Amino acid sequence: MTEFFGKRWHDMGGNPAGPITPEEHDFALWEKRVDALMVLTSAAGLMTTDSLRRVLEDMGADAYETMTYYERWIASIAQNMVEAGAVTTEELGSKIAEVRARGVTYGAAS
Amino acid sequence: MPHDHYDHEHDHSHEGLSPSGHPYRADNDTDLSYWQAMEIALRELLIEKGHLTAAQLHAQINAMDSRSPANGARVVARAWVDPEFKAALLADAGAASRVMGFDIGPMHLIALENTKEVHNVVVCTLCSCYPRNLLGLPPDWYKSRAYRSRTVIEPRKVLSEFGLELPEHMQVRVHDSTADMRYIVLPAQPEASLGLTEEELAAWVTRDSMIGVGLPQAPQ
Repeated sequence: MTEFFGKRWHDMGGNPAGPITPEEHDFALWEKRVDALMVLTSAAGLMTTDSLRRVLEDMGADAYETMTYYERWIASIAQNMVEAGAVTTEELGSKIAEVRARGVTYGAAS
Repeated sequence: MPHDHYDHEHDHSHEGLSPSGHPYRADNDTDLSYWQAMEIALRELLIEKGHLTAAQLHAQINAMDSRSPANGARVVARAWVDPEFKAALLADAGAASRVMGFDIGPMHLIALENTKEVHNVVVCTLCSCYPRNLLGLPPDWYKSRAYRSRTVIEPRKVLSEFGLELPEHMQVRVHDSTADMRYIVLPAQPEASLGLTEEELAAWVTRDSMIGVGLPQAPQ
């Protein structure tokens, strides 16, 4: 059983950590699209900020290390859309296969 | 939706740098990742099934691109020259920003006034909550483990890593954001900028000064 320290992994305030690296990036198109999907599905009443975070936080600490910010977001949005009945896992599976068959780069597949 | 209209935003004609001088994240020209395929698939399904339209997505991305720290800078500059506006901003930052024409969305926005005695700094220890409607999307470091973890226990050390050394007598207040409550710092107006016009002043207001990890600066 995992020891519980009184807070979950995402509650990082006060944890020891390394120096701040003042990184700056402009956002890639696919990342902007993920952000837009979050805003628009929320406006459509299909999810909320809280339901986004519930899935993100349930992914656990490993996801924070192995997935990028918007990778975690799209995973959460997809989970939320399945839960809301907006799409099914079967539809997602077939559509992903169709997308991948279009080409090997994001530009070619989108 | 093969080749829609916003692919032009992502050409690589600036020698790898965007107009703001930052590198683009790898995108169109790298191998399609599993999560990128998921984004395309989900977006297309939501459109096909009538939950969203391509036009809504396009409009949302345009709105996102139009938001930058320049919006927040205009709000700060107005507060520096207009005491009535400043009072309204400190009373209800969302309402005051809306009066200036900015869409603040449903979140609660609070402005924190820096003075000679008090310096405010904003963090989101739980996630990445940020006054995105006034400043645009948060920078990478704001979402990093280091910033989220340390700002609440050793803010002076964190600020020094941004090159900001505050005098010992100054109180540092750290504000932890939530999804529903966002903060923006109203930096103290530099003495050297007194007497300038509102438009001139806006150029002094940096993004970092509105997060609290920097101070306003004379435009370069």
